[in-house]
Amino acid sequence: MLSRILRRLGWAAVILWGTTVITFLIVHAVPADPVRVYAGANADAETIERIRTEMGFDDPLIVQYGRYIGNLLRGDLGTSLVTGERVLDALLAKFPVTLSLALTAVCLWMLMSVPLGVLTAKYRGRAIDRAVLIVSLVAISLPVFWLARMLQYYLAYRTGLFPVAGWAGWTHIILPAATLALVITGYYARLVHTNMVEVLNADYVRVARAKGIPEYAVLFKHGLRNAVIPVITVLGLDMAALMGGVVFTENVFALPGLGVLALQSVFNLDVPMIMGVVLFSAAMVVCANIVVDFVYMWIDPRVEGM
Amino acid sequence: MTVISPSAVSVESEETGPASLPFLRRMLKHHMVCAGGGLVLFLAALALAAPVLTGLGYLQDPMQQLADGLDADGLPIPPGDRFLLGTDQLGRDVLARLVHGTRISLLVGIVAMLIAVCVGVTVGMLAGFHGGWVNTLLMRGTDVMLAIPGLLLAIAFAGLMDGRVIRIHFESLDWHVLDITLKRGLISVFLVIGLVSWTWIARTIRSQVLILKTREFVTSSRAIGCSDIRIMVRHLLPNILPLTIVLGSLATANTVLLDAGLSYLGVGVPPPAPSWGTMIAEGQPYFIVSPHLTMAPGLFIVTAVVGFNLLGQGLQEVLDPYVKEGQGR
Repeated sequence: MLSRILRRLGWAAVILWGTTVITFLIVHAVPADPVRVYAGANADAETIERIRTEMGFDDPLIVQYGRYIGNLLRGDLGTSLVTGERVLDALLAKFPVTLSLALTAVCLWMLMSVPLGVLTAKYRGRAIDRAVLIVSLVAISLPVFWLARMLQYYLAYRTGLFPVAGWAGWTHIILPAATLALVITGYYARLVHTNMVEVLNADYVRVARAKGIPEYAVLFKHGLRNAVIPVITVLGLDMAALMGGVVFTENVFALPGLGVLALQSVFNLDVPMIMGVVLFSAAMVVCANIVVDFVYMWIDPRVEGM
Repeated sequence: MTVISPSAVSVESEETGPASLPFLRRMLKHHMVCAGGGLVLFLAALALAAPVLTGLGYLQDPMQQLADGLDADGLPIPPGDRFLLGTDQLGRDVLARLVHGTRISLLVGIVAMLIAVCVGVTVGMLAGFHGGWVNTLLMRGTDVMLAIPGLLLAIAFAGLMDGRVIRIHFESLDWHVLDITLKRGLISVFLVIGLVSWTWIARTIRSQVLILKTREFVTSSRAIGCSDIRIMVRHLLPNILPLTIVLGSLATANTVLLDAGLSYLGVGVPPPAPSWGTMIAEGQPYFIVSPHLTMAPGLFIVTAVVGFNLLGQGLQEVLDPYVKEGQGR
């Protein structure tokens, strides 16, 4: 158990190191000129050169990378070129919004998709199964930002059921999270369905039924526990995609989270901030995967090591 | 923007008729393939016909700000007889812009998909076939890419490459040939979307190659002295072709969505090009008075993505591309 945890953490460190390399390469190999942004529109060539030297942007790439990693290991992600704020502080300030949005979305879609999947597996091939199949196919094809706009207008603006936008308490999270959940639920319902159909044909389910165990117990106790295992794996893989969806919902619903920060810093060419956001989101994804991994072990104690 | 790992979408196969039925007829009997293929073909036909339709006067010019395109208050005209889908905030015909936008969206979606498939198949095949350190290096790299949210990477990439010159040159050599100007435009969007969407293709291909390479035909080709490259290209590639087609179709659904998303956020193909995502972004401030500016492009995006998803899932059922573990000796 301990060795497994250690191996998992070591693995996470390797992934995060790889992330720094990729983001560093992308941000620096595409030489958008952050110095020009920092110096302002009216700076003369001399000032620009002076700032470039001061901030070390004319050092070789490898030196800059070494400096970045060195600072990173001391917990310093640099300072924003635009606001002068420490990047880590900005990230930590935005983090709770994004985390609560992502967590609510995951809970909502699991709560919707598991019953739907079980139901459609039980009534396989009937009208309800077909209907869920078609609806979920359309749902996964919806652009998140478009759906968000529609829900925002019809459910929030017109009827006043939810707050329209902004961030002032937990009610502001519901609609954005529901948007994310709606797009993904159909896909997970299908996943649960496919696994459930397989499990329901297994011998131990037939035995359970033959013993006279009530149907709900067969479905939820014997069936679901096994059917949900592959779903958990996919959940881990989808965390990165969820962070992508968060960018859209945060922008539409004006939630001050990491997604909005990412977009702003890209438009401002705020290089340390861009790297910080990408790195931080990757860290979130890696952490989520570790959590998923332990949930997996808890549900299926047979799983040993990776 | 959900990345759909294809192994998870496998819907249990329906009866597709006796195996003797010719392949094409089996495809045509499959509802999902027909519906998806139909939608995709329809949009492709629209894309190809757009300039002709405009030339013949059936469609307005997508860039033209029409004299009668705004009402007396200067607001967009709602859908009606004169303009089938109304006009936009600058008095341009929405239908014409959407139809011409099909050209951009499908082009970006398909080219980006081809880039993703090329990278994904190469990485997956090399990693699966060689094993050892090649596998470790490539798959660890893929894992890193999987951990970084693709959309964030894409907007960082796309936002930063606006009109800058990349010089791959050494101080002593004066090689201006190697200067590349990266302007945000079609090419950069192709690259950005392609380079963030290959990861799950690589993983799926690798797992299939791992199974295939234990088959006898690989052993026997090696026995008669085929080189590794020959085995991969001539023997493994044809075997993973059906899978590649399925993955490609599903990937196109994602690349089209990603293209719309990037345009919506303002880092895609720059205006005034009629891109679907840009149209939604430009139209949404007018949502209360002119909802058609947001609705119509959204419906086009959904149509295209549903088309590619249906086609991909349908093909998955018809082609049944996954090699089973115990099949063959």
